[in-house]
Amino acid sequence: MDIRAAIAVAFGLALCGTLSSRASADESYSQVERGKYLVDAGDCAACHTSDDSKPFAGGRPIETPFGVLYTSNITPNRRSGIGAWTDDEFYKAMHEGIGRGGKKLYPAFPYPYFTHLSHEDVGAIRAYLTTIAPVDNSPPPNRLEWPLNYRFMMTGWNTLFFKDGEYKKNPDKTPEWNRGAYLVEGAEHCGACHTAKNMFGADKTDHRFEGGNLQHWFAPKLVNDRPDGIGTWSADEIVQYLKTGRNAKSGATGPMAEVVKNSTSKLKDGDLHAIAAYLKDLPGTGEQRSASKTDDKVVAAGKDIYDASCSACHKSSGEGVPFMFSPLKASAAVQSGDPTTVIRMVLGGARTQVTKDEPTPSTMPAYAWKLSDDEIAAVVTYIRNAWGNSASSVSASDVKDVREDIRKDVTASSAQ
Amino acid sequence: MASRMQPVDVVIVGFGLTSAILAHELTEAGLRVVALERGGWRDTSTEFNISYAQDELRYYWRRELFQEPARETITFRNKMSETALPMRHLGSFLPATGVGGATIHWNGQTWRFLPTDFVAHSHNTQRYGAKVIPDGMTIQDWGVTYDDLEPHYDKFEYLYGISGKAGNLKGQIQEGGNPFEGPRQREYPNPPMEMTYGPTLFGKAAKEIGYRPFTAPSANMPRAYTNPLGVRMGPCTYCGFCEKYACANYSKSSPQTTINPVLMQKENFELRTDSEVLKVNLDSSGKRATGVTYVDTSGEEYEQPAEIVAICAFAYHNARLMLLSGIGKPYDPQSGQGAVGKNYAYQIVSSVNVFFDKDQIFNPFVGAGALGVIVDEFNGDNFDHSGLGFIGGGYLACWNTNGRPIETHPVPKDTPKWGAKWKRAVADSYQHTISLATHGAVMSHRDNYLDLDPTYRDVHGRPLMRLTFDFKDNEHKMSDYLTDRATDIAKAMKPREVHEKKREGSYSIVPYQTTHNTGGAIMGSDPKTSAVNRYLQSWDVSNVFVVGSSAFPQNPGYNPTGTVGALAYWSVDAIVKKYLKNPGPLV
Repeated sequence: MDIRAAIAVAFGLALCGTLSSRASADESYSQVERGKYLVDAGDCAACHTSDDSKPFAGGRPIETPFGVLYTSNITPNRRSGIGAWTDDEFYKAMHEGIGRGGKKLYPAFPYPYFTHLSHEDVGAIRAYLTTIAPVDNSPPPNRLEWPLNYRFMMTGWNTLFFKDGEYKKNPDKTPEWNRGAYLVEGAEHCGACHTAKNMFGADKTDHRFEGGNLQHWFAPKLVNDRPDGIGTWSADEIVQYLKTGRNAKSGATGPMAEVVKNSTSKLKDGDLHAIAAYLKDLPGTGEQRSASKTDDKVVAAGKDIYDASCSACHKSSGEGVPFMFSPLKASAAVQSGDPTTVIRMVLGGARTQVTKDEPTPSTMPAYAWKLSDDEIAAVVTYIRNAWGNSASSVSASDVKDVREDIRKDVTASSAQ
Repeated sequence: MASRMQPVDVVIVGFGLTSAILAHELTEAGLRVVALERGGWRDTSTEFNISYAQDELRYYWRRELFQEPARETITFRNKMSETALPMRHLGSFLPATGVGGATIHWNGQTWRFLPTDFVAHSHNTQRYGAKVIPDGMTIQDWGVTYDDLEPHYDKFEYLYGISGKAGNLKGQIQEGGNPFEGPRQREYPNPPMEMTYGPTLFGKAAKEIGYRPFTAPSANMPRAYTNPLGVRMGPCTYCGFCEKYACANYSKSSPQTTINPVLMQKENFELRTDSEVLKVNLDSSGKRATGVTYVDTSGEEYEQPAEIVAICAFAYHNARLMLLSGIGKPYDPQSGQGAVGKNYAYQIVSSVNVFFDKDQIFNPFVGAGALGVIVDEFNGDNFDHSGLGFIGGGYLACWNTNGRPIETHPVPKDTPKWGAKWKRAVADSYQHTISLATHGAVMSHRDNYLDLDPTYRDVHGRPLMRLTFDFKDNEHKMSDYLTDRATDIAKAMKPREVHEKKREGSYSIVPYQTTHNTGGAIMGSDPKTSAVNRYLQSWDVSNVFVVGSSAFPQNPGYNPTGTVGALAYWSVDAIVKKYLKNPGPLV
């Protein structure tokens, strides 16, 4: 037995000892396992881990349009973590967004989604969080604009935009669909990125899963539109993407890379199929896209740039090399209504998330140093309209804005 | 005082082609493995950028990817009577520094040696009599046979996604492949490369003469490939920047594109870069290695204890580390005693430039490192050497590796070296010229060897490796014979002009020729005449394995990489299946 296995057994035994008053050893162990699975599914680490050596100790800055929030310490430390919280207090935070002592939480903590989790699942998450190493770490104070720095303001927000309630099964749908809905709307909180926000930072409920722009990325449409929604992906392709970070049409980069790494690649196949079943059932918007007007000269210039700088990987035909260099032809991301991500990929490059099943880190190099705003506008306009693609033109000022946003991101992250 | 690190099962010196194979197989067997690489981290996704990978000035002429002679170099002389001097610029060969080693900047020409190559001594003496081995030639049998290595060649070729056409499938000769090769169990994992015009014309002329030309086996991908470890490669774009360059298209096999993505995820593997091994430490008996001592870039020293030490650095670095660590008996060219440093060998290459009229357009810039057509009639003992006065051979090739602008400017004979006439000749010839190459074996000889230099030292104060080497009569005769055969084919192509460039005189270490350095820690069946046994295990220190082309007792007529890969798999297979069950000498 290697040392890690030995520790795991010893740890397991210790755990059974501490929890034995509440439940039988087997039950508590499976409850902790279930909690860990849900913590992975919820990608809690993405926000609550700032330093990999101190998992879940909080302190990661979250940029919002209203200022910077620092995530809380959710380790069982009794002073700065949640070790002193009761299970009921934890449930109230998850379910209602109300922290210990009645403190209103900000919805950057996605309680509007977590409210859908069952009482039992929240209990399991809590059980798991009591087993991780306690770390004494107090995050810095939030830097929010007035008047949002007053937490009571959230009462109004909650009244307007928040509806608590655990997920209720839709009896007309299959158990798989219901499981998918439970995960997508709850733990996975997909809408936090993929649904656009109103001016108060709340979901635009009449545009659910139609894509959202955050942290200078565009989280694409999950509704079944073509060409820019998930309509062109089969359920199996969705599963493959979430499980391995790659399918024949795309590879996970940017914020989605982290989601695959920390969350979806760890989900059971059955749950991934459930998510796919639910997503494939999201109706499209029925939006008719009018043929875009492009300037022939710009498209010709874009083609020249494409042939010289892009075709080695993405091919002259735009078909790319599936699983390595994403096809641009018929790509939903390329034809997305909001071109932020496409522009950003050309400017800053990207590296696909590696997983056990897809170990090869394929890369898109950055071209910010090499191509001007005009040139990038031309090449992006070209790929959005070549090979049967159709999407709006991109202007040099669009590129300039994204370039500036990336620069700010880099400055902010290097200042941390 | 060196800091002592946590003991591990295996420490690997260097992290290039052989190390990655050993590390993968040993970690699969459950061992805890640490690899120490003197250079930096390199991965396609982070270091090799398609938007400037083809920078000829930066990568070749300014030597970005190679070993820095200011930190470590060798001293060189042609003859024992001369005083060796240090190489202050790399020239004839280009060893690397950094993860992936020289596999980063190789061409990708990937061969199996002929069955007779492994028994060069016994085969030649049986066929031609003992007198065929001249005085001073010290060739030996390898101690392994082609049949021993076949499964390991196969494994390596599938790992590296080699493209080509089998010439001999289980004894059945196949149309379109190399009819001289040993039997292989199955086809190559990838089909042959698409061929450009120059090599096609060469193949046609060779066929008319009666030879059986074929498309060269290649580690440049003709199509996207996913290897047995699940690592993916992209198709080659024929950009013509392989040798001396890193591939940014994931199209040229190397540890980066075949193993590292899987290996680096393993919890029982650790790579430490910027960590240069100074010596292998032995216990008081001198029969057992206790680990290695290494130094980082800030000069801190560390001791890494290990149960097994695998020396997997570049060819002559392996022999040097053995000499610096006192493993095995140093070779003495006077008495012929001792084996470490013995039988250094190289490759002898020549070329024939073929100039055509302007109606023939070759577009040389559409190239790839291993894109070419081969004639193998004159390799190894594929032909009767009776009365020729030499043994060994090599292949004739028309490669279309590149048309890189700074490097490639063929001009007809008697063109001025510079000025307007030279410029016009380059402009007139660039599109209308091809070059044929001969790639010949170098046999081993008593006074071609490696030892520690008595004068010059590296940045750590250790003696530099001293190389004593020259081409001998056997090699010159053989190379001239190959060049004449290449000229025959050149003339059959009906060109305007043929310019034959035979390899004349003593070996010069200055102009680039090839990075196929071999020997110094040769394998064999007798501890008196070889440094390592047939499993690449040191005869003297049984928990040390020395892997690489350092093990070749002499250098056959092919590029070495395929055999280096096969030997790595062969050796690690013996470690896992035999050594771990019963640590100690395997022979």
